[in-house]
Amino acid sequence: MVAVTLWGSLRRFTGGEGQVEVEARNFKELLDRLAETYPGLKPQIDRGVSLALDGRIYREAWFTEIGPDSEVVLMPYMTGG
Amino acid sequence: MALDSSSKRVFKVVGTRPPRPDGVDKVTGRALYGADVSAPGMLVGRILRSPHAHARIRAIDTTAAEALPGVKAVVTARDFARLEGDKIIDMGEDRTSLRDVRDNCLARDKALYDGHAVAAVAALTPEIARAALKLIAVDYEILPHVIDVDAAMRPEAPVVLAGRAHENVPGGMSPNVTNHCEFGHGDLEAGFAQADRIVERSFTTAATHQGYIEPHACLASVTGDGRADLWCCTQGQYNVRDICAELMGMQASQLRVTASEIGGGFGGKTVVFIEPVALLLARKSGRPVKIVMSREEVFRATGPTVSASIDVRIGMARDGRITAGEAVLRYSGGAFPCETVDMGAQAAFACYDLRAVRTLGWNVLTNRPKEAAYRAPGAPQAIYAVESVVDELCQGFGLDPLEVRLRNAARKGTKSSYGPTFEAIGLEATLEAAKAHPHYSAPLGPGQGRGLSAGFWFNFGGNTSVSLSVNTDGTVGITEGNPDIGGSRASISLMAAEELGIPYERVRATIADTSSLGHNDVTDGSRVTFAVGLATIKAARDAKQKMCARAARIWGIDEEAVLWEDGAAKPSGPNAGDFPPMTLAEIAAVSFKTGGPIAGHNEAHADGAGVSFGVHICDVEVDRETGATKVLRYTVIQDAGKAVHPDYVEGQMQGGAVQGIGWALNEEYIYGEDGRLQNAGFLDYRVPVASDLPQIDTVILEIPNPGHPYGVRGVGETPIVPPLAALSNAVSRAIGHRMTRLPMSPPRVLEAINAGR
Repeated sequence: MVAVTLWGSLRRFTGGEGQVEVEARNFKELLDRLAETYPGLKPQIDRGVSLALDGRIYREAWFTEIGPDSEVVLMPYMTGG
Repeated sequence: MALDSSSKRVFKVVGTRPPRPDGVDKVTGRALYGADVSAPGMLVGRILRSPHAHARIRAIDTTAAEALPGVKAVVTARDFARLEGDKIIDMGEDRTSLRDVRDNCLARDKALYDGHAVAAVAALTPEIARAALKLIAVDYEILPHVIDVDAAMRPEAPVVLAGRAHENVPGGMSPNVTNHCEFGHGDLEAGFAQADRIVERSFTTAATHQGYIEPHACLASVTGDGRADLWCCTQGQYNVRDICAELMGMQASQLRVTASEIGGGFGGKTVVFIEPVALLLARKSGRPVKIVMSREEVFRATGPTVSASIDVRIGMARDGRITAGEAVLRYSGGAFPCETVDMGAQAAFACYDLRAVRTLGWNVLTNRPKEAAYRAPGAPQAIYAVESVVDELCQGFGLDPLEVRLRNAARKGTKSSYGPTFEAIGLEATLEAAKAHPHYSAPLGPGQGRGLSAGFWFNFGGNTSVSLSVNTDGTVGITEGNPDIGGSRASISLMAAEELGIPYERVRATIADTSSLGHNDVTDGSRVTFAVGLATIKAARDAKQKMCARAARIWGIDEEAVLWEDGAAKPSGPNAGDFPPMTLAEIAAVSFKTGGPIAGHNEAHADGAGVSFGVHICDVEVDRETGATKVLRYTVIQDAGKAVHPDYVEGQMQGGAVQGIGWALNEEYIYGEDGRLQNAGFLDYRVPVASDLPQIDTVILEIPNPGHPYGVRGVGETPIVPPLAALSNAVSRAIGHRMTRLPMSPPRVLEAINAGR
C-alpha cells in the first residue's frame, strides 16, 4: 500500500483524511485508484496534478515507480512563466 | 567517462562566457521579430475591441464594413469551428479551457473587459482596416462590472461568468470564485499559543504587465487546400499550433507554426490572442494576413499578472523561532477562470521550516483581461506578504532579519509547507552568502533603509525533443524547439560542446518550426536550460555512442571496447587494441563511407528540475517631501545549481530584480469608475529605466541539482520573487511605517509618511 498525502482542500473528498492509502506500483495506478476510491478527486485529477516522490516533483510521468517506503505527495499541476 | 555517468565533473566549456550567438543579428537589426515577416499579397488585420468593461453582445452587424472597398474579410466569434465538448490545455500559467481561449480571442456572448476583442477585419491598407472597424455596429447591453478582487467575492457582486466554479469551491460563495486550495500541516493554534508575538497584516498588490518590448505580432497564410502557415512571436510554437488547429477545425499536421525571434515574453507569450484571428481572416480572405498589436492593445487585452489581496498572520518566539504561519490569498484572475493561487499558496511559506503552517487560496473572476503567466506566477505576491510580516516581527524583537531567516530556513529533510520533504536545497547557503556579502554590513545614511527577502520557485522540466546532427566538417548542429528568451541557444550549445568534447564555436543551435521536430512544451517554468539541456546531453551521448560504433568498425574491434574521451573515440584499454584516437571530425569526415550520416536524438519528458531559492538585499532612500523612492544598492544571491553561461544567469537575476523593483515601486493597472484601463501605455505605466537603477550586483551559488547530470537548476523565475518584499521592507524601515500596498508609488509613500507625522 502507498500512503498518499493530499493537499488540504481535497480532504472534503476523502472523508476528512489528509493521507490515504491505495494499492499502486506507479503513478498511473495511484491516480486510477485514487479516482476510483474517491470519485470526488476525479475532476481535479482530470484537470491535472503533479506528484512528489521522495521530494522530487513529477508532472506527467505515469510509469514512475513507487517504492514501498516512498513519500508520495499529491500536488496541483505545476505551472510557470 | 561512461556514457551514462551522472557524477560531478570538472567542466571545460560549461561555465565559460562566450559571446552570445544572437548578439550580432540583434544589434545590426537583422534579427526577424514577429512583425518583420511579410508575404506577397499580404493584408492588414485589425481588431475591434470592446469599450465597455462588461456588456452583453446583442448583435454584431458587419455588413457595412464588408461592403467597404479594400476590405477582404470580416470575422467574429461565429467564424470559429464548432467545438465538440471542451478540452483542458496547457497555457503556461495554468491549464485552461479551450472554449475560454476561443472566447478570449473573440468575444461570443459577452464582452468581459475593456479591450476584449469582438470582431476583426482584413484589408488592403491600415487606413481601410481602421475605417472598416468603425463601420462594424455592435449592439451592447452594458452590464455592471467588478474590478477589485475583494469586491468580486461579495455575494452581491456582478457575476462575470456563472457556473464556472471548480468542485473545490464550497457552496454559498459568489459565482466569481472559481478555485479554492488549502495547504499546510501541524496544529496552527498550538503554534500561535507558543508565540511571544503575533503580527497579522493585510496586503494588496496591483496587476502588473510583463512589459516585453515587442508587441504581439503574427502572419497567417491559409491555402485553398486547407494547409496553413503561421509565423508569430511566442514562447511556444507547438502550443500555438495545437490550440489554433483545434479552433480552426484543422489537423495539427496541416498547420506549421514558426516562432520568430522574440523581444521578451516573461510568461506573457505563453498564450494566444491574435493568432487564431489572423488564421480566420486568412482563410476567409484567401490571402496572407498580418496582425501587429499596438502597445495600447498589449496593455488592454493581453495578460497582466494577477492582482492580489492577502492576509498573513505569523507567530514568533522571542528568540526568532517562527511558531506558526497562516496566509489567506485572494487572486484576481481576470475574466476567465485560472488556478494561479495554487502556486502562490504553495510558495508562500516555502522558505521556512515550520511545524504549523496553513495557506488558503481563492481565484476570483473580475472584469479585467485574463491574467497570463509572469515569471514564477503567483509566488511574488504571496512571498511579499509573508516576508513583510517576518520583517516586522524581526523589527519588533530587535532581531537581525538574516539570522531569523537562517534560524527558520528550510533545509534538506524539511517537510515543506506545501507537502513534500525537501531534497538538497540551497536556501541556507544563499542566506549565508548574503550574510557574508559586504552589502549586508555596509553602513546606511540618514533617511535610508535596508530590506531583505528570501524567495522560492519550483521550476519544472516537461516534454522536450532535440536533434543533434554531426556534420562532415566536424561541426555540430542542434535543432531544438523552444524560442530563445533567455540565452538558451548559447547554453544548449555549451552543453553539447561539453558533452562532445569539442569547442563551443563548432556548435550552432537553431529553433525549429513545428513540422521539423517533435513536440516541445512552452518555454516557461524555467525549464529550457534544465530540460532542453538534459535532452541535448542525451542526444550528444546518443551521437557519441554511434561514433564509437563507427570507430570500432574501422578498427575491427567490439563497440564495447571503445570509449569517448576529450572529443575522440579511443580504445578502452590496452587489451582493446593499439589505435590512435579518432576525433569527432575524423569520424564525421568518413561517415558517408561507414554507414551514413550521424545524428543523436532525444525525446522525453524531463522531471527532477529541482526547486530554487534566492535572497535579495536592497538599500533605498526615500524623499520625505515627495515620497519618491531611490534604489541605492541592490544585491541578488541565487542558487543556480550550475551556471552554464554565467553572463545569462546574471542577466536573469538582474532582469528579474528590475521587474520586481518596478512591480514594487510604480507599476500598476489603473482603472476608472467605468472599468476602463486608464494607463495603457509606457508613459503612464511606469517601468524602471536604466537611470532609475543602480548596478544590480549578483552572486551565483552552485549547489548541484541531483536531477540533472550537470547539476543545472532553472534560474529565470526565482529572481522576480524577492524584490517586492525586499523593497517594501527597505521603504518601511526608511520611513518608520509598515507599507502594505503595492506599488509604493510616491503618493502612497507620502501618505504613509504624513500619517506618521
